[in-house]
Amino acid sequence: MQAKKFIPLAAFAVLAGLLFRGLSIDPTELPVARLGQPFPDFAQPELRSGRQISVSALVERPALVNVWATWCYSCRVEHPYLLNLAEQGVPIYGLNYKDEPIKAREWLAQLGDPYQLNVVDVEGSVGLDLGVYGAPETYVLDAVGHIAHRHVGVLDEAVFQRDFSRWFPAVASPAAAAGSEGGQ
Amino acid sequence: MKSALKGLMSAMICGHLWIAPVAMAVIETYEFSSPELELRYQQLSQELRCPKCQNQNIADSNAPIARDLRVVLYEQLEQGATDDEILAFMVARYGEFVRYRPGVDRNTILLWAAPGLLLILGAAGLLFHFRQRPDAPVSDLTEAEQTEIARLLGEPQD
Repeated sequence: MQAKKFIPLAAFAVLAGLLFRGLSIDPTELPVARLGQPFPDFAQPELRSGRQISVSALVERPALVNVWATWCYSCRVEHPYLLNLAEQGVPIYGLNYKDEPIKAREWLAQLGDPYQLNVVDVEGSVGLDLGVYGAPETYVLDAVGHIAHRHVGVLDEAVFQRDFSRWFPAVASPAAAAGSEGGQ
Repeated sequence: MKSALKGLMSAMICGHLWIAPVAMAVIETYEFSSPELELRYQQLSQELRCPKCQNQNIADSNAPIARDLRVVLYEQLEQGATDDEILAFMVARYGEFVRYRPGVDRNTILLWAAPGLLLILGAAGLLFHFRQRPDAPVSDLTEAEQTEIARLLGEPQD
């Protein structure tokens, strides 16, 4: 009979535990449907050269695929960090998502170009095949070219060290590369 | 003065009522080759969830991605894709998340089983509750007190 008294307390503890766990779950973070799959094939122009490219143009492994656009404010925020990564030898491919190529070329001329190449995706069809739902998004292509990770939102030092560094061990730790903390 | 204010207010209210349907009509319309396709479009666009604004379906959302998914939905319907094919296309890109009625898998089994489980749990609880009742002591009164009550109530004693 004594144990029965503690049933409400136990129920409360379980509920409180669940709710507390819920506090640290980000509901906007979606599972990546393409995880472990090869990058979807495409036939799109490249931003600078204008030549038609397909998925076979993404030759470097492992590499980042960064979804960006000039209309995307957060992309401007993360741009310096992408330049930083490119300087440290991380291959970055751009997916210029639902943007105007003229504006995109201006942007790269003004702010610097961290990208190996850029897939022009005016209609957003490559983005759709990839499961993109906004910009910026950054994908990791692993050693065999499969999609290994996705980050939605601004990519910065902290996020890179936490989620990306295992594919790019050569990138300097935060202590070595001082600066670019913060963001949003 | 008062009537002028009243007039102004009713004009404002009427104005709003008149504007409301116009403001809601921002979502584009499609020409379907058959009414049956249009019906399926309505059903599927309400069953598909917008990945960006997560508590809206793609029929209600104004997010660019929802608009893109509506275009895809329209094109695939017109190309003769079945409902299953369209849902598979969406799930391959955006995961089971994109469906308001996700398929049964390891992640969603609890979701699907929850109503049944809760019903069973509730029924078991009730059963337990009512089973226990008769065993509980009916009264804390002593024998003498009970006789006294019976006397006061004027019941025949045995």
